[in-house]
Amino acid sequence: MNYFPDEVVEHVFDFITSHKDRNSVSLVCKSWYKIERYSRQRVFIGNCYSITPQRLIARFPGLKSLTLKGKPHFADFNLVPHDWGGFVDPWIKALAKSRIGLEELRLKRMVVSDDSLELLSKSFPNFKSLVLVSCDGFTTDGVAAIAANCRFLRELDLQENEVEDHRGHWLSCFPESCTSLVSLNFACLKGEINLASLERLVARSPNLKSLRLNRVVPLDTLQKLLMRAPQLVDLGIGSYVDDPSSEVFSKLKAVIQLCNSIRSLSGFLEVAPCCMSAIYPICENLTFLNLSYAPGLQGNDLTKLVQHCRKLQRLWILDCIGDKGLGVVASTCKELQELRVFPSDPFDAGNAAVTEEGLVLISAGCPKLNSLLYFCHQMTNAALITVAKNCTNFIRFRLCILDPVKADPVTNQPLDEGFGAIVRSNKSLKRLSLSGLLTDQVFLYIGMYAKKLEMLSIAFAGDSNKGMLYVLNGCKKLRKLEIRDCPFGDVALLEDMGKYETMRSLWMSSCEVTLGACKILAKKMSSLNVEIINESEQLEFSLDDRLLVDKMYLYRTLVGHRKDKPEYVLLL
Amino acid sequence: MSPPLLGVEEEVQSSVSSPTVECISENGMGLKERNYLGLSDCSSVDSSGVSSNLNLKATELRLGLPGSQSPERETELCLLNLGKLDEKPLFPLLPSKDGICSSSQKNVVTGNKRGFSDTMDGFSEVKGYVYTEKSWMFHEAGSDSESPQSVGHGKYPGNSGVNVILSTRSPGVQASVKQDEPANVLQEQPRATNGTSLKQTVISDNNTGAPAAKAQVVGWPPIRPFRTKTLAASSKNNDEVDGKPGPGALFVKVSMDGAPYLRKVDLRTYSTYQELSSALEKMFSCFTLGQCGSNGTAGKETLSESRLKDLLHGSEYVVTYKDKDGDWMLVGDVPWEMFIETCKRLKIMKSSDAIGLAPRAMEKSKANNKKEFGYGC
Repeated sequence: MNYFPDEVVEHVFDFITSHKDRNSVSLVCKSWYKIERYSRQRVFIGNCYSITPQRLIARFPGLKSLTLKGKPHFADFNLVPHDWGGFVDPWIKALAKSRIGLEELRLKRMVVSDDSLELLSKSFPNFKSLVLVSCDGFTTDGVAAIAANCRFLRELDLQENEVEDHRGHWLSCFPESCTSLVSLNFACLKGEINLASLERLVARSPNLKSLRLNRVVPLDTLQKLLMRAPQLVDLGIGSYVDDPSSEVFSKLKAVIQLCNSIRSLSGFLEVAPCCMSAIYPICENLTFLNLSYAPGLQGNDLTKLVQHCRKLQRLWILDCIGDKGLGVVASTCKELQELRVFPSDPFDAGNAAVTEEGLVLISAGCPKLNSLLYFCHQMTNAALITVAKNCTNFIRFRLCILDPVKADPVTNQPLDEGFGAIVRSNKSLKRLSLSGLLTDQVFLYIGMYAKKLEMLSIAFAGDSNKGMLYVLNGCKKLRKLEIRDCPFGDVALLEDMGKYETMRSLWMSSCEVTLGACKILAKKMSSLNVEIINESEQLEFSLDDRLLVDKMYLYRTLVGHRKDKPEYVLLL
Repeated sequence: MSPPLLGVEEEVQSSVSSPTVECISENGMGLKERNYLGLSDCSSVDSSGVSSNLNLKATELRLGLPGSQSPERETELCLLNLGKLDEKPLFPLLPSKDGICSSSQKNVVTGNKRGFSDTMDGFSEVKGYVYTEKSWMFHEAGSDSESPQSVGHGKYPGNSGVNVILSTRSPGVQASVKQDEPANVLQEQPRATNGTSLKQTVISDNNTGAPAAKAQVVGWPPIRPFRTKTLAASSKNNDEVDGKPGPGALFVKVSMDGAPYLRKVDLRTYSTYQELSSALEKMFSCFTLGQCGSNGTAGKETLSESRLKDLLHGSEYVVTYKDKDGDWMLVGDVPWEMFIETCKRLKIMKSSDAIGLAPRAMEKSKANNKKEFGYGC
C-alpha cells in the first residue's frame, strides 16, 4: 500500500466507516495517520473530557460530523448532581472559530444552552443535522434558532431531553424556504405549537421520512399531516384520542391505509384504546414499535395490537402487557431482535405485571433475540438458565429486578447461576446489567466467560473485592464499568491500575473505596482523571485518607484536569 | 410472598418492639443497624471509638427487609476500628446462608450509610408521596437532603426501636440523630459522604399496615426521570380520556339550535358541569360567530369563547338534556354522577325556547348559568 499515491489510499479509506477501524488504520504508520486524519469526516467522542475541541480540530480539519457524550451513564438515574459538567458550549465556540464545516452534531447527556444553539445555527452554513439525546439546559428558543437559521436543515431530532418550553413559535420559525427536512422529532417537548405551521411545514417537506409529534398534536391534525406525508417511514403519534364514530376518525382510517411505508411507530402519549383499530393496517409492516410511553393502553389493547405485527424486529413496551401478552409476542413476532419492557409502576410490587415467565416465553419464541432490557418483579435461576439455552445471540442483556437484591423466589438462592448461564452461552455479549441478589460467584462467571463484554453495570451485588477483581482481570474488552452500592474497595481498585487506561471510564458510588486509594491512583496514573463527587455540606477533603468516598468517577484523558468542574468535585 | 419471608417479618416486627433485650441476647437476630457515617464512632461524642465499639456490637439494631435474617457476624465486621472509619464490608454474607438475609443486609447497610433509615414514618411519607404522584420526583432535586419529604433523613420516629438502641449507645448520638436535617448530622462526620445519594427506607415494620417491604433507593430502579415524568403525565391525562368510574366512554349527541350539524361528547371525560360547559363552548363557539375554523390560534379562540360566554352568561342559551324517560331537563340540577347516568342527549337551546321548562326552573337556570357556567369561578 505504501507504493500507492495518497489519493488512492484515501479512496480505500473511504470504505472504512467504523470508528474503531479508522482508529486502527491511523495507528499503522505516519503516512496512514496523515491520510486518515485529513480524510476523516465523522468523529465519535465517548467522553467529552477525554480531549479538547482544539486538539480535535487540529487533527481533523475535514470534520463534518461530531458525536459527543458528556455525563456518565448513572447521571440518568440522578446519581450525578446537576451542573456536574458536560457542557457543549466550549465545543461549539471552538468549532465556530475554526474553519470546520460542521454539518452534523449528535449529543448525549450534555448540557446545551440556547446561546450554544444559536451560535451553532449561525456558524455553519451547511449544518444539516442536530440530534440531542437526554440533554438539558436549553429552551424552545434555542430550538427556534436552529429552525430559523439552518437553511439546509435535514434532521432535528430531540429525544428525551429536558427542554423548558416557552410555548413560543419555534415551529413557525422554519422559513418558508425550508424544504429539506427529512426528520423531525419533537415528541419530548411539552408545549403548544402552531398546528397550522406544522401542517404547512410538512406540506413543503417532500423528503420527510420521520415525524414524531408531541402530545399536543391532536388526532385531526395527525390525519391532515398524514395526508400530506404518506411517504413517512417513521411516525410518532402525539395524541390519539377521538370518538371512533366521528368523521375525522374515518378520514384517519382512510389515510392510514395509504401510508404503507411506515415501518416504525411510537408515541401514543395520549390514547383512546378504542381508536387503535385504525392502526392495524400498518402493523403488518412495522419493524419497530415503541409503546413505552403509552400507559393509556392496557394489556388487552397491547396484545391485540401486537398480534398484527408479524414483522416486528424491535419492541418497546410497558409491563402491563403481562406475561400472557409476552406470550403472544413470542408466538407472533418471530423476527424480534430487541425487546424492552419498562415498568408502568416501578414501586408497586403488588401488581406483578411481568415475571420470569414472560421472559422465558419470549426466549423460546424469538430465536433472533439479541438485545434485551427487562424490568420485572422477580426472576429465577431456572428461568435464566432456560433463556440462556434458548438464546445464544445476546449482544445486550439488561435485567432489572425492581426490588434490589431480590433472590430467586423459588429457591431463595442468589441469581449467580442464572446470570452465569447467560454469559456462558452468549459469547458475543457486549453489554450486561445485573440485578437481584448476587454474590462474588457471578463475577467469577463474568470474568471467565464474558470475553467480549464492553459495558457492565452492577448494583447491590457481590461480597468482597474478589468480585470486582474477577471482572477487571477477566474482561479484557471492558470499556465502561459502573458500580453502585457494592462492597468493593481499595484492594480491588488498586490491583491493576493500568487497566483503567484501556477503559473509557469507571464509576463507583457507595462502595468502599477510600480517599487515600483514589489519591494513590490519581498520582500513579497521570492519564486518568479521578473525580470525587462530594455533595455534603462540608468540603474538607484535605483530611482523612481513610474517608470512604461516596462517588468516584474516573476516566482516561489526554488533556488532564478539566477546567469547568463545579465546587463539589474534587479532582485528584 | 413465600412463607419464610413472612415468618421472618414477624420476627423482625417483634424485635422492633423490644429491641434492646433481643438485640443484646440474640446477636444475630432482630434488627441491626449498620452505620457507615461512623456515627457509631460517636465522633460527635468522643474521639475514641473503642469504648463505643462494644456497646454497639451488643446493641446492634438492624433494619432489614421482611425476610431478613441475620447471618452470623464475622469478626472483621466490628463496627469500629480506630484506624479506619469503616472497615466492615457492606455485605457480611456467609455464602452458605440464606440468600435473603444477605439481601436485607445490603439494603440496610447502604441505607444507613447515607443517613438514618427511617423505618416507619419515612415509609408512610414516602408511600404517600410516591404512590400518589406516581413519580420519583422527590429524588431528583440535588437539594433533596434538605427536603423534609425525603426519606431516611435522620428522623427517628418516637417508637422506633432504632432510637432506643441509639440512646443506649450514647446520648450524644441520639441528640444529633433527632434532628430533621441530615446535613447537621453529616457535618459531624469527618467523612465526605453524600447525604442525598441514598435515601433508603427499609420497611421492616408492619405496624403501619402497609404492604411489605419496599426499599426506596435513590437511582433505583434505573429509569430515566424523563420517562417516569412523562408516564405520570400521560397516566393522568389518560385517566381523563378513558373516564373515571364506569366502563368505556359515554358518548351523547349534542345539538345546538341553528347549528348545521350535531356533535358528540364523551361525558366520562368530564367530572364537573364546569368542564362540560367549557367543552361545549369550545365546540360550539364557531357556530355562534358563524365561523367554523379549525386553525384555532389562541386569539380566535378567546374571541369566540368570550362571545359565547357572553351569550351564555346573558342567558341567551341554556343547556338541556334528555333523560331516560324522554323528558327534557335543565342541566345542572342533579349531582354530576347522577346526571351522567341518566343523560341520553344534550341540547343547547335558546332561552326563549326553554319556556316549556318550569318558570322557577327558568329563574334557576338564570342563576345556574351564572353559577355553573360562569367563568372566573
